[in-house]
This record gives sequence, C-alpha cells and structure tokens, in this order.
Amino acid sequence: MDLKDLYRDVIVDHNRSPRNFRKLADASHSAEGFNPLCGDKLKLFLHVTDDVIDDISFEGTGCAISVASASLMTESVKGKSVDAAREVFEDMHQLLTTNDAEPDITGLGKLAALSGVRNFPTRVKCASLCWHTLNAALSDESASVTTE
Amino acid sequence: MSAPQVAAPVQTDTAGLAPEDIARLRQDFPILKRTINGYPLAYLDNAASAQRPAAVIDAVADFYRKHHANVHRGVHTLSQEATSAYESAREKIRNHVNAASLTEIIFVRGTTEAINLVAQSYLRPLLKKDDEIIVSRMEHHSNIVPWQLVSQQTGARLRVIPINERGELLMEEFEKLLNDRTRIVAVGHVSNALGTINPVAKIIELAHGWEVPVLIDGAQALPHMAIDVGRLDCDFYAFSGHKMFGPTGIGVLYGKSALLEAMPPYQGGGEMILKVTFDSTEYNQLPFKFEAGTPNIAGAVGLGATVDYLNNIGLDRIRAYEHELLDHAVAALEEVPGIRFIGTAAEKTAVVAFVMKDIHAHDIGTIVDHRGIAVRTGHHCAMPVMDFFGVPATARASFAFYNTIEEADRLADALRYATEFFR
Repeated sequence: MDLKDLYRDVIVDHNRSPRNFRKLADASHSAEGFNPLCGDKLKLFLHVTDDVIDDISFEGTGCAISVASASLMTESVKGKSVDAAREVFEDMHQLLTTNDAEPDITGLGKLAALSGVRNFPTRVKCASLCWHTLNAALSDESASVTTE
Repeated sequence: MSAPQVAAPVQTDTAGLAPEDIARLRQDFPILKRTINGYPLAYLDNAASAQRPAAVIDAVADFYRKHHANVHRGVHTLSQEATSAYESAREKIRNHVNAASLTEIIFVRGTTEAINLVAQSYLRPLLKKDDEIIVSRMEHHSNIVPWQLVSQQTGARLRVIPINERGELLMEEFEKLLNDRTRIVAVGHVSNALGTINPVAKIIELAHGWEVPVLIDGAQALPHMAIDVGRLDCDFYAFSGHKMFGPTGIGVLYGKSALLEAMPPYQGGGEMILKVTFDSTEYNQLPFKFEAGTPNIAGAVGLGATVDYLNNIGLDRIRAYEHELLDHAVAALEEVPGIRFIGTAAEKTAVVAFVMKDIHAHDIGTIVDHRGIAVRTGHHCAMPVMDFFGVPATARASFAFYNTIEEADRLADALRYATEFFR
C-alpha cells in the first residue's frame, strides 16, 4: 500500500480547492451527513428540474478524502438525471466496498481516483459519506445520515 | 480472605529513567517488537489503551492454566486458590492507592461502570429536582453522560466548570458554582484529550467546605503517577485496568466505607447476597454488595500483577521520565510548520494534542500510521472540549514510560512528511 495511492493528485487538488463548495439558496433537495467517529460533517444541496440535477453544492468540514469525494461527486452528477446519479451511487458503493483485485473503473472518469481508498478500510467511510448523503437527498429523506 | 500484604518497594529515586532503563523495560512488552508498515511500532495511543507487559499477560494466562475456578463459593482447592488470587489482587490495589480498607475497593468493568454505579446507586436516591451536579468542560463523555442520565431521571441540573485557552480549569468559577444545592462534584484527575492535571486536592477541599462529596475520574492518572486516596480525601475514585497496562474489562471504584455502606446495590445477582427468599434479600457485606455475578477474576489477577509491575519501576521515576518526554515532544513538534497545540496547561501528563493547518486529523492519523506510528485522531470522547477549541477533531500523541525520545522525533518527521502531501 502506497500513500500516493490514497492521496492521488486529483484528491489532493479537490481537497485544496473543492468544487461547488457553497450553499444553494433555492435548493429543491438537501440532506446532511455526519461521521460521529471523526467529526466529518457535510451538507448537500441539490436543484432538480424535470428529474435532472441542474445544480448541486456542498458545505462542511472533513478530511481530505471526504472533502475530495464530495467535490468529485458534485462534478460528476451535475447535469445528470436522478436515475443516472443513482447509478453512479451504486457504482461508487460497489467500488468502495467490494474487494475485487481489479475494480471496474470504466465509466467512472475522475471518480476512479477514489479507488485507492478501498485499500485503507478505516477510510472507506470518509469517502462514502457524501454518496450516502446524496442518496438520502434524492430520496427526499430530510433526516441526517450518519456512517454509524 | 487471607490476602497477603504485598509491600511495594519504596522508591525515593526521582531521577527518572535513563535510556538504558527504557531499552530494558521495552523488552517487557512483547507487542513493542512489532513492525507496522515496515517500521518499528511507535505506540503513541496510550491514553486510549496502553500495552501490557509479559508479567501481566503471564499472570492472566497462569491463572487460567493453573488456578481458575469460581470465587467465594466452593470448598474445593481450586476455588480457594482462585478466591485467594482474586482477593490478593484487591489487597495489592488497596495498598497501591492507599485506601483504608479492602471493603472500599470494588471491582468493576472499568471507569465508565464505576461512574454509572455512583450516579445510580449513590446519587439517584438523594437527588431532587433543581439539585446540581458539577462536572468540568474537559470531561470525557463517560463523566458527563451518567450524570445527564441521573439528571433526566430526577430533574437535577448539570453545572459545568469552564476552562481557559490553555485547557486549565477556572478555579474561581468552580468556587462560584458550589452552593447548597450541589450534590456531587465529578472531575477528571487528568484530561484524556488535553493531558491537563487538575488540582483535585483543592477541588476536594473546596467541595468539602460545602459538605459536597467528590468523585475523581482517575482513568488517565493511574498510569502516570502515584495515587493516595487517603491523602486526597476524595469520596470516590474510579479507574480502569487497560489504561494502566492491565487487562481490559476490569477497573476499580474506590469509595469511602461510610458512603458505600449507605448505598443500595447497583446490580442484583449472585455474589452480592447473603440470603434470598421470594419475600426479601439480605445483601452481602462490602465490597461484595457491589460485585453481582461472577467477576472478571483473571482481569483482577492481571491488574494485581500490573500494580506490582509499576511499583517495581516506581511511579515517581515514571513521572519524572515522562516529563522529559513531554518537553522533548513539544519542542520537536513545535518545529513542524502549521502545527497548533490543543491543551498547553502548566501541569500536564505526556499528552500532546494538536491540529495542523490545512491537514485534517484523520489524514494525519493515516499518514503517520504509514510510518508505523499509532496516534489517536478524532474527538477523543470529549466533544465539549473540541467545541471549546473550535476544532472538529485533533490528533493526539499520548506517551507512556516505554516511549522514547526517538519516537517523538519520528512523529515530528512523519508530520513534516504529511505536509508534503498537501503542499
């Protein structure tokens, strides 16, 4: 295990300058995520029109993995239909939680940078927090999500 | 109960421990031979749980191999041996903390259970609406939540001693909190998140001025200093085996006899009774009244061996050496760019908690682990402390006597390495 496999350039970049890091005043969907073990907090805002996520943003504090994962997520699902975003959620869930020697990263684009996280089991929750929060927001669950 | 009086060797030498002493003592701890990610383990998470010397591991194994049976029951040989081992451990611990009587040493699962026992068995029966319980801002959750529970059950209120930016109690504020509605003061001897050593003798004196009893959470004190409950005059003192190089699942509640006598049992079951009919039950004498069910016998035996081990080294020497370690660690870590210490009290154990500019504690934890260094990252079960300092989490290096100056330097190097990842 190489640390560079976890902290890839894309992740370091998105941690340093997170994309879509702001409040969304006219959000149609939102949800909060919380990891009580490390104190990571995330608030996700979505604007959905005709089943398309035309805007998405987040706010919060967290480690490099959780911030980068959220930042990459907002980039990846922006402009996608709700169903397509759910598919990405499923793909990421698969990527982070299954132990295939060679994960299938085709079609994941930049999100593939998160594939190194699977080799650091204690950090998987950092990367998955925002995705569970997205799922909750899309399902219109107003209650907050926790990793525990 | 024919517990032999085990006299600890008196240590008058406060010169600390030399590097060759540390090298020798490290040999006592099998786990310190491990390598982690290709590096020798530097175990700096002692405040979460310390490691065990072979003497303790062997005492537990030896008990299971040769002497195990239930205690205080059978007339057969093994039961007598097990009872004798269990009760002699109690005597070692009594002697170690200088309690007046064996009846004041209650074996529990750990500090958490000890505090819950006092909250429910001592405090709850006498607590009325608007009565007050004083804790401090720097308490571990285990010295907050049990008091919140009993407050909810009775309508009592929790009052909190504030702290300053160094992580020290504001004693003049504490004095103002004491009043005729105060029913107990519960404070930590040493803060797990900050390392602050609190002025517990003064706290006890002030509380007793109002005839208020005091519980001291000593979980973080026992591994680092000699404790004398008689001299402190505390009413309750709680600690855990695993923080002081002993087994998990065993701990001690010290309580003054007069208080313990008056308290109803905490749990019902075997061992804590003298006579049971369906109409009524006559409780056993102290300390057994509070030890319902078969206790953690091997854990107690292991804790007795732990006390022997610590006394052979001498806690004064341990304290002096750890002071050197703290000074060195602070000096080495201070040089790391972007570091901010959380908890800089004048009186501290060797705990160095910190945050780093632009690097989250969790990332620090992963990166230094890659260099074989174990530190704790997170809120350390002390969320109100994190709120006070305005940080979601800290990284914490907590040292024990088997840690070295070199390990502190390795941590400083690993933190510099961490800054490279996020440059």
